[in-house]
Amino acid sequence: MFEDLRDLYQEVIFDHNRNPRNFRVMDDANRQVEGFNPLCGDRLTLFLKIDDGTITDASFQGSGCAISTASVSLMTEIIKGKSESEADALFTQFHEMATGKDHEVQLEALGKLAVLAGVREYPARVKCATLAWHTLDAALKNQQQSISTE
Amino acid sequence: MTHYSVANIRADFPILAETIRNKPLVYLDNAASCQKPQAVIDSLVHTYSHEYANIHRGVHTLSVKATDRFEAAREKVRGFINAASHKEIIFVRGATEAINLVAQSYGRSQLQAGDEIVISAMEHHANIVPWQMLCQQIGTVLKVAPINQAGELLLDDYLALLSDKTKLVAITHMSNALGSINPVETIIAAAHAQNIPVLLDGAQAIPHMSVDVQALDCDFYVFSGHKLYGPSGTGVLYGKQALLEAMPPYQGGGDMIRQVTFAKTEYAGLPHKFEAGTPAIAEIIALGAAIDYLNAIGMANIAAHEADLLDYATEQASAIQGLNIIGQANHKGGILSFTLDRIHPHDIGTMLDSLGIAIRAGHHCAMPVMDFYGVPATARASFGLYNTREEVDVLMQGIRSLIEVFG
Repeated sequence: MFEDLRDLYQEVIFDHNRNPRNFRVMDDANRQVEGFNPLCGDRLTLFLKIDDGTITDASFQGSGCAISTASVSLMTEIIKGKSESEADALFTQFHEMATGKDHEVQLEALGKLAVLAGVREYPARVKCATLAWHTLDAALKNQQQSISTE
Repeated sequence: MTHYSVANIRADFPILAETIRNKPLVYLDNAASCQKPQAVIDSLVHTYSHEYANIHRGVHTLSVKATDRFEAAREKVRGFINAASHKEIIFVRGATEAINLVAQSYGRSQLQAGDEIVISAMEHHANIVPWQMLCQQIGTVLKVAPINQAGELLLDDYLALLSDKTKLVAITHMSNALGSINPVETIIAAAHAQNIPVLLDGAQAIPHMSVDVQALDCDFYVFSGHKLYGPSGTGVLYGKQALLEAMPPYQGGGDMIRQVTFAKTEYAGLPHKFEAGTPAIAEIIALGAAIDYLNAIGMANIAAHEADLLDYATEQASAIQGLNIIGQANHKGGILSFTLDRIHPHDIGTMLDSLGIAIRAGHHCAMPVMDFYGVPATARASFGLYNTREEVDVLMQGIRSLIEVFG
């Protein structure tokens, strides 16, 4: 019945929505930033542990739609073990993909995250996918205050 | 409903023939804005093709014609809500501007620090924020009458809030997020017993029921034209003449003056005192066409049709496991707000959109209502005069399918 939506709601997204990874409070986090999308009410708190410029742990709490939950869940998986500059480069690539500025090469570089490329066709949902990454961007810049997509 | 033919009515609305993502459009977002009948579209085209010029200005033929049509629209609005005089009908951009006008003009001139304004917990942001701004400006205090779990105003708590400090009650006639219709007669009578004027936010109520401002005895009534099947950019402030006379102008400019010198300006009389600048001329004339259209069908017939749709939709929705109806007031208009267990309203909105179904997913400009129910957002199907039981069936089938897909 929802054939048209297969590019947007891929099975990986349903899976991460049902069973979000790294969904926990991190007591020894040294970065913690809140992300908020006032348009739809999505809220998340991102926890990072950064040692010597490397993200050694990432987790989150919050509630949102399937796209935003899957996006932050996938992000916490993929940034673990990455250096801060690598994570920052991913942010840029992801943003370009979600807003439709990507090309095939970058899609490959994003690996598993490419399942979220479908939001390009749904302008109303782009912010759902990018909320996690804007929150990460703020955490990497060591901003303490909460961020908003508006 | 002897004369109500929904098929004929649908044929009057060209947009209903559109397809969305290759599916027939099922438009259930009427609480956000209604679609326009051909009569309204024709009116806009006719004005701009044959009768357009600025109003209240020139002596030339077109200006006189446009002025006549514009003032005829005012008379249609007067009749539609049964106001005593055309002087009590002020054209504005929408309900939001009307409330801001009352807050700034009536509020700043008649209220002072420590005075209390009573609203309810089910208000749209448009009936919260203008009062908060006034409170910041002059030190008035906002009091909020609570609601129960069904989404009904707690009348005893409302009555308890009224005191000699209360200087204005501003309350919605019908909630946009919940559909609750407030017992406005009781609300107004209780306020008037203590000489407190009452503003009703009629943005949601006006397309669903017949409104008689004299029978209600409300002091102000506000609504938007675009929710009444008319053009966007049009709205109405009704105010009792004595109150409007005592209020200073909201904005200064052309059309609202009698005489201007650099020493002193004498303001125009009602209603022009509150209509500075060139208004949405063609749009307001077309709002008059929307009112003609609705009068021909009959507001009582529309109300009966929508009540049937709401009953049917509520019955169908209640049978879906995992669906929670938000707002179950006894007295309710055609709004079905709901959440689904473990499925975010935005996912509901996108999935239904892929089936051609337009609903609203979000906080409906009523964040305090969402907080009250502990949800970030709801999905909302809202009905208009052209909706059908078959469309409710399509909606319900869509909801059942998406629950299945999400698993």
